[in-house]
Amino acid sequence: MDYTVTHRTTYSYTSDVSVSHHLVHLRPRELPWQEVTEYALSVEPDAIVADERLDCYGNTATFFTISKPHRKLPVIARSRVRVNAAPLPIPSQTPPWERVRELCAQDVLTPDTAAGEFSFDSHYILRHPAFADYAVASFPPGRPVLDAVIEFTAQIFRDFKFDPRATTVATPLAEVLKNRRGVCQDFAHLGIACLRSLGLPARYVSGYLETLPPTGKVRLVGADASHAWFSVWCPNHGWIDADPTNNVLPGERHITVAWGRDYEDVSPVRGVAVGGGEHSLSVGIDVVRAA
Amino acid sequence: MTPATEPNLAPRPSGVGADYRPPREVFDEMMAGPGVVRSHWEPLVRGIEQLGHEGLRERRENAGQLLREHGVTYNVHADGQSAERRWELDMLPLIIDADEWTQLAAGLAQRTRLLNLVLADIYGPQRLLHDGLLPPALLHANPGFLRPCHGLRPPRDLFLTLHAVDLTRAPDGRWWVLADRTQAPSGVGYALENRAILSRMLPWEFRDSQVQRLASFFDARKGGLRSMAPWTDAPQVVLMTPGPYAETYFEHAYLARHLGVPLVEGSDLTVRDRRVFLKTLEGLQPVDVIIRRVDDTWCDPLELRGDSLLGVPGLVEAARAGHVAISNALGSGAVETPALLAFLPKLARHFLGEELRIPNAATWWCGQESERNYALGALQKLVIKRSFVGGNSETSFGESLAASDLDQLAARIRANPHAYVAQERIALSTAPVWNGEGLEPRPLILRCYVCATADGFFAMPGGLTRVSASPDSPIVSSRYGGGSKDTWVRSAAPVVAATPFEISSPPVRHERGHGQVPSRVVENLFWLGRYAERLEDTTRLLRPALARLAGEGGPAEEEELAVLIRWMVRLGWLRARFGGRISSDEVISAIRELVFEASRAGAVRELLGRVGFLTASVRDRLSGDTWRILNQLQTDFPAAMSRATPAAMLGALHRLIFQLAAFSGMEMENMTRGHAWQFLDIGRRLERAVNVVTNVRAVLAIDPAGFAGLPPLLEYTDSTMTYRRRYRASPDWPTSLGLLLSDETNPRSLAFQFQVLDQHLAELPDIGEARSRQRHFDELVALLASADIQTLGAAVENDLHPLDNLLRRLIAGCAALSESLSASYFSHVPARVS
Repeated sequence: MDYTVTHRTTYSYTSDVSVSHHLVHLRPRELPWQEVTEYALSVEPDAIVADERLDCYGNTATFFTISKPHRKLPVIARSRVRVNAAPLPIPSQTPPWERVRELCAQDVLTPDTAAGEFSFDSHYILRHPAFADYAVASFPPGRPVLDAVIEFTAQIFRDFKFDPRATTVATPLAEVLKNRRGVCQDFAHLGIACLRSLGLPARYVSGYLETLPPTGKVRLVGADASHAWFSVWCPNHGWIDADPTNNVLPGERHITVAWGRDYEDVSPVRGVAVGGGEHSLSVGIDVVRAA
Repeated sequence: MTPATEPNLAPRPSGVGADYRPPREVFDEMMAGPGVVRSHWEPLVRGIEQLGHEGLRERRENAGQLLREHGVTYNVHADGQSAERRWELDMLPLIIDADEWTQLAAGLAQRTRLLNLVLADIYGPQRLLHDGLLPPALLHANPGFLRPCHGLRPPRDLFLTLHAVDLTRAPDGRWWVLADRTQAPSGVGYALENRAILSRMLPWEFRDSQVQRLASFFDARKGGLRSMAPWTDAPQVVLMTPGPYAETYFEHAYLARHLGVPLVEGSDLTVRDRRVFLKTLEGLQPVDVIIRRVDDTWCDPLELRGDSLLGVPGLVEAARAGHVAISNALGSGAVETPALLAFLPKLARHFLGEELRIPNAATWWCGQESERNYALGALQKLVIKRSFVGGNSETSFGESLAASDLDQLAARIRANPHAYVAQERIALSTAPVWNGEGLEPRPLILRCYVCATADGFFAMPGGLTRVSASPDSPIVSSRYGGGSKDTWVRSAAPVVAATPFEISSPPVRHERGHGQVPSRVVENLFWLGRYAERLEDTTRLLRPALARLAGEGGPAEEEELAVLIRWMVRLGWLRARFGGRISSDEVISAIRELVFEASRAGAVRELLGRVGFLTASVRDRLSGDTWRILNQLQTDFPAAMSRATPAAMLGALHRLIFQLAAFSGMEMENMTRGHAWQFLDIGRRLERAVNVVTNVRAVLAIDPAGFAGLPPLLEYTDSTMTYRRRYRASPDWPTSLGLLLSDETNPRSLAFQFQVLDQHLAELPDIGEARSRQRHFDELVALLASADIQTLGAAVENDLHPLDNLLRRLIAGCAALSESLSASYFSHVPARVS
């Protein structure tokens, strides 16, 4: 499926910003099942340095500085992406989840232990027995890992209510677990916290989702938001994505931008400004299916 | 020639050390056996036996005095001044034999070289993981391994340019490594300060012991820092501190001065075009090398911890671009984990083809299965540490835990095995500590330092020896109240040195032009000037009131006291009801609050606190004597006294005035006339200008006739004598106003402050609103000069308005000047993440 994605972030300040530094993760990743045919980042006023590099997870990170006084800063990323469904193993034939845990905890470097990087604590996600207790219903002994993950994804979808007013980036996961409300980022973080608390490697994926228009209506441009889900390691296969907000294993409607241990590693747009007084941030994302 | 060749002189402790009985089961640094002093300790033992108890006591007092005067402190909880702990220095050094040191120094340098190679690998190709020499989880579980720094190569691949190693000596006499400090090691400055003091306290013993000087290390360090920036011959080096609340802030300021580099906070630096600059009065100055005392995760809110207010946004990117070198490189904390000790012997063979010259304490990382199983089976004889910084970093000694505590510990290890390290328990060696009565053996840990030089690594011939707080405590840490010792490394040959002792305070730094002063520093100096003056002003106004309350005020004291009280009401110091009839007890207790209440804005105690904080934050800019005066100001002022009599308060305030006079004298006579001094003086002059006008205005409003108001007003401005000598009459408004406002020869008059301010303003850098500020100030000066003070003063009894109006305009003009200076020169806006 082909998409054009426009991700527009606008900073507004009440007084002049004298200098600001930004780090963005906006370029969709090249993947065996995802091809980026066009990508352009535009910033106003002109950025001084735009240094593009791959970070340690292979995401494209772009660093730039604005040193002209400004009160408004639009950052616009446009891309064209072709997405196919990622191949999936047969769930019942994946290894038991305890075996995955074991393979990822060995002392020598293997693809499994490399994935083990994602089984430890990170900035937003601290393991805790309470998360394991919540997840254990989907992880009975010996169950194939993908079977368990599919059920676990449904479990979150069933138990939690999507509520943008319930949380902020700073809401602790323990609170999300208690209140059973949040947004996609909370559900992704929560899923990862549970999987890691069971000893499984799980990572955070940021990207976009095409929302299907309701039948008979034109799709609403700009209504789509930045999306997030999690990914779990399956030996002999690789990472398998799961989207607890929609209770699906992502196929050709999920566009992958970046992955990391949690949101902190891959926040789409991050900036430090000197001056500026009060600030506000507006984000608009269009994911349009190419004709 | 070593003293050991003169056995007939070998002393036997008879007096001071006669009762020294180190435990037999551990190694004692001084005694080889009962009554047998190790030969390298002989000159010291001989010396202290001659000094005797009295001599040692006297020297300890002197040392304590010096430590207080130098303000050597350690902020224990790092949450404010109350938690400052005095640094404890024992009168006896730890002494290390020359031959033994040669071995140790080689082992230390080997270790730094090795850790540096490990860092270059883990932040580079990670061959160690591929080759099975390090388990992947050691990096993955390690929060000190900073992902954004992967692939970042510092200049010359030097990660560790200062490395600290904690050593202990086992009962068999061998030294063992307990831990490494690779993040931003502390203690070098304390070691130097210990040396500076002890070498003065025991000069003969120091000389006879042929002690190697620490100066060689600091020279090597300076050379090493210069060589970190190969792109320039004259690199600008700065020392970055988290600020005055940091645990070891004393040391940051001390080292900055010793190395001759600016002490900066993160907000003093800015990144432009991937280069780091220091914000100074005269614009941005490029920075090549940063000695950081800020932990690396806090160094850049953009790429590292977003909640950090201590760092420099863009610093990681500047380092990545190769435009700045950082000591130690960002990410160096990764090898601080004690878990690494388990792998170092193998890594030494791998990288260097050598065995570790100084062995590690045997270590088991619980992140590995069989090691964990061993540790869990032997908990009661092991020491359990946290693998990584953060969280609860408490160390547990298995043998001192109850069975239930051991079970809980085991459960915690099973739940999060990677977070724990088990280490064999090494019985620490002991050294004698002088406890005031005699010598007692205390367990010790020796912290050694290695720095990178232009072509290798150099170990400091000395170190920071820390002893436990009591003879039987196994915990040795400044945080838990242990003491410290100087560490004397003996030389095989006589030491040739210019001075008989170690010099620690270089002369105040010579500033290369004015541009080197960070904006934050001039801002703090400006406020130091203002608050010191406000403190003096407050004290000067409280004194006449207290003198009258104490019955020292002369015949008119009742009436004058009433004026003084109404005056303080007008300034907002006392509540309005004090304007009416009120008992003197109530007045005394209100004034007590104005003196001692630390939480009350404008009280003497509160202003002292502000002066103290500002002093600390510009410490590297003040001469040693100036620092001592300001420090004494804090310590001498009595703590809250709930029953202090007016006479007692008066005494305390008199002393305070003397000390403030000493400070301003020191400032006038000992500070070089750069921008730093200018801003200090501008602050003082502006504050004095505002205060004199404000107080004249207050008294005018209360007592236009002037009979009861003028004597205290003249007293407050210290002008009573001048007035009497000049006019030989009882004071009246026209002459008093002339003296206080327009007399340019009176250093407390408004005109005098304007004159000095005018000179300063002309010399400030021409940035910001310099021109319009000068114009406004000229208008202010003209306003005062053109006013007919005599006539206005003569008219006050009939019409106060014209004069009051003039005074109001003068005050407003001063306030505008202060704001304009802030806007042009300080503009110290913090950066924020969003």
